[in-house]
This record gives sequence, structure tokens and C-alpha cells, in this order.
Amino acid sequence: MTFGYDASRTILNDVSLSFRRGKVTAILGGSGCGKTTLLRLIGGVHAVRQGSVRFDGEVVDARDKEQLFRLRRRLGMLFQFGALFTDLSVYENVAFPLREHTDLDDTMIRDIVLMKLNAVGLRGAAQLRISEISGGMARRVALARAIALDPELIMYDEPFAGLDPISMAVAANLIRTLNDTTGATSLIVSHDVQECFSICDYAYLLSSQGRVVAHGRPEELNASDDPEVRQFIRGEPDGPVRFHYPARPLAEELGVKA
Amino acid sequence: MTNPLQALGRRALEVLRGLGHNAYFFGDLLRNLPAALRRPYLVIAQVHAIGNLSLLIIMASGLAVGFVLALQSYYALVTYGASESLGLLVNLSLVRELGPVVTALLFAGRAGTSLTAEIGLMKAGEQLAAMEMMAIDPKSRVLAPRFMGGIIAMPVLAVLFSAVGILGAYVVAVQLIGVDAGNFWSIMQNGVDVWRDVGNGIIKSFVFGVICTFVAVYQGYEAQATPEGVAHATTRTVVISSLSVLATDFVLTALMFTH
Repeated sequence: MTFGYDASRTILNDVSLSFRRGKVTAILGGSGCGKTTLLRLIGGVHAVRQGSVRFDGEVVDARDKEQLFRLRRRLGMLFQFGALFTDLSVYENVAFPLREHTDLDDTMIRDIVLMKLNAVGLRGAAQLRISEISGGMARRVALARAIALDPELIMYDEPFAGLDPISMAVAANLIRTLNDTTGATSLIVSHDVQECFSICDYAYLLSSQGRVVAHGRPEELNASDDPEVRQFIRGEPDGPVRFHYPARPLAEELGVKA
Repeated sequence: MTNPLQALGRRALEVLRGLGHNAYFFGDLLRNLPAALRRPYLVIAQVHAIGNLSLLIIMASGLAVGFVLALQSYYALVTYGASESLGLLVNLSLVRELGPVVTALLFAGRAGTSLTAEIGLMKAGEQLAAMEMMAIDPKSRVLAPRFMGGIIAMPVLAVLFSAVGILGAYVVAVQLIGVDAGNFWSIMQNGVDVWRDVGNGIIKSFVFGVICTFVAVYQGYEAQATPEGVAHATTRTVVISSLSVLATDFVLTALMFTH
């Protein structure tokens, strides 16, 4: 499929990706290459320009609100900075989707919320306010909220961004464990290569032009000879992805003759 | 010659598109009101939040307006030997015009900006997007209860404004200036019609409640998700609400009180 926010700029250019049920798939790429956009397209936030997005065989139609809401009940999304409701406590944030989508009584909701918080190691923080928890904890609370309704697909938008090494390892471990214990399909959008490779089964690498550069298992991508793949995985400052933004030659710009 | 015409046409189309979007958004909000009413605790929480936010400034302003109105009216009326009409003048001024209009202007500045900033920051923090991804419509869960809360709170605040204003006028006129208390109240009782004056004042404040709260939630929801975007949206809320209230007030007054 192809997508752009307006006619003048294409974000994702004729890409084709598939995510296998029960597996952890990483979508890697530099900032602004359309990784988060891809998650939004799967969630039906925007309509694709060409092609289609299919979820469990069903074409996602961004204009069909009823279908979208039905599909979205089957997926959970962890936003980059958690997107927790700041006027609610940790407990109420996790309880939110349960209260909105189920008729469960308070006792049952309490049990589920505490189980989900326990799974992310934050049962003891249930009564804290969102302003009282750290960024890493917020990400885990958001994860507990994302899995509250036991979704079939969990999408993680930059789950490691801005986390300290311990929180990052905790988040990575949680993603893998939750995927294996719940049997859900996980989709991680990130630019943190090593952390993703340590937990994913398969990975796609997107270029800044919104194309799929390479895909495969982590060990296959590590062994790739493609210069762009090697540059991204090794974090080299210059290569096929240029360090300099396109510009006139420096001497010409400064009016200096060689 | 073509360029100014093109610019004019483009501007006209932009205005029409903006009006259409507003109308569509308003319809969408109305469609979501029954869902909000099915969960009254959300609406009650908003009436409490919005009402509480504005209560102090409304009461203080009502009192101040009552003081000044009594003082100015007394000195104007006494020149013509009509100081006994003070109670009636104060009451009609407050319940017909000043109560609804000043309350709406204060509401736009206090509760309206707060609503816009709150919704705008929820958008900037991706809370609204998170809600949508949870298959929960933010218009139903966040906007509709606030819209309803504002519509309910505004007439109550306007009535309180007028009541406190009349008490303020009583203090100045009767306690300080020495106007006869019986005269102050009885002329008010005789000259004010519950339906025509008080009722129309309440209808006005209801309409202003719809305008101010709609502008506030719309600007918050459509704000650009950046600090500057939220700041601009907050400013637009005050400007658009205030101008809309003043323009609507003229039309409503012409419809309600013209013989």
C-alpha cells in the first residue's frame, strides 16, 4: 500500500508487510520514515491512498466507524509516551477499557486490573496518580491498559524511547513474556535495533523514503551485506543515508572559490 | 485583477468550509448527547467542575456590578426624582441583559479557556488518540459530557450572578444611600414579569451556554497538538465566544423585548 498525509508527500511508498500470528515482529527505521504512521493505518486512523490494510483477513476501512471500533476492540496499542489519562489514577487507567467495554462488576474489574498490573510489576502502584510515576512506570501502566481486554494484536510505538537501561530491559522482557503467555501477535515500531533484535522473531527495515529496505529474522539482517542495512544496524553516521541534508556545495554557499 | 478575485474566492471558500465543519461537528456532538446522558455521573462531574471553576468569579463580579449599577442608577434617577424606580431598573438590567451576558463573558474567560486547554492538552498527550484506538469515541466520552455540563452550568451561574447583583444593589441603595427598602423590593415585584423578564434571561443564558461551551470544546478538539497550538486555541475560544455572545445577545434582545 501507499500512503501520504497530503498529495504532495508520500510517507509509505508501495510497501507490503505481513505479520504472523503469535510472533513478535519489529518495524525498524529512522525517525520520520513512517513507522508510527504504519501502526495508525493498521488501526484505521487514516485511509491508505492505494492498496489495502487487512486485519485477520478483513480489509480495514477507515471510513467505516462501526467496523473500525469492532476491529479496535481486538487490538491494543502502547503509545510512545504512554498516553495515560492524567486525571485518573494508575488503577483507573487500567480499568478504563474494562469499564467502557464490559458489564463486569467492580469486584471482577478489580481482580483483572490487579492481575494486569501484577504482570507488569506495578500492583503496588495501583493507587498512585499518573504525575507520581516515572516515565518507565508510565510505559508499563500503559502496557497493562493495552492488554486489559486481552487483545489479539498488540502494537508498541517506540516502547524503548527515553528509557534508562534497566527500564528498557524490563520493557523488552515484558513484551516477549506477554506475547508468549497470551499468544497475542506483537508489533514493535522502534529505532532501537539491538533491543528489538533481542526479542523479535522477524523484522522489517524501512528507509527514509518509506520503502521496505530489507526484512528477515534478526540473524539474517545482522548478516546482511546491504550497505543501508549495515549502516542502520551498526549506527554509522554516514553511508547510503546521508549525514547532510541536501544543500548547495558549502563553498558556493559561503561564496568562497577553491 | 485576477489575483484579488482569486484571493477573495479562496477566503470565501475557507470561511464556508470552516462553517460547514463547525456545523458538522455540532451535529456530531448533538448525536453523542444521548450517550452522555446515559451516564449521568460524567455530566454531573462536569457541571460540578465547570460550575465550581466559575462560581467565585461570577459571584464577585455579580456583587461588584450590583454595587456600581445601584450607585450610577441612583445618581441618574435622583436628578429626575425617580429614585424609587431604582429597584426595578437594577433588576431588569441584571435579569434581562447583564446577568446572562456578563456571566457568559466571564464563563468564556474562565471555564471556556480551561475546557479548551484541557481537551487540547489531552490531544497533545495522545490521550484522545489512545481512546480512539481503544474503540472509545472521544466525542462521546470527553466532549459530550463537557458540552452538556456547560449548558447546564451557564443558566445556574447567570441566575446566581443576577441574584448576587440584586443583593449588592440592595446593600448600596438601601443600606448606604438610604432608599426605602419596601419601595426597593415592591417596585421590583410589580415591574418584573417572571416569564417575560426572568424566563427570557434564562433562555438567553442557555443559548450562551451552548455557544460558549461549543466553541470551547471545538477549539480544544481542533487545536494543533503543540504548546503554541493549544495557546492559540485558548485565545480563539475567548475571542470567538465573546463576539458570538455579544452578537447573539443583540438578536435575542430584538426578538424577545421589542414591542
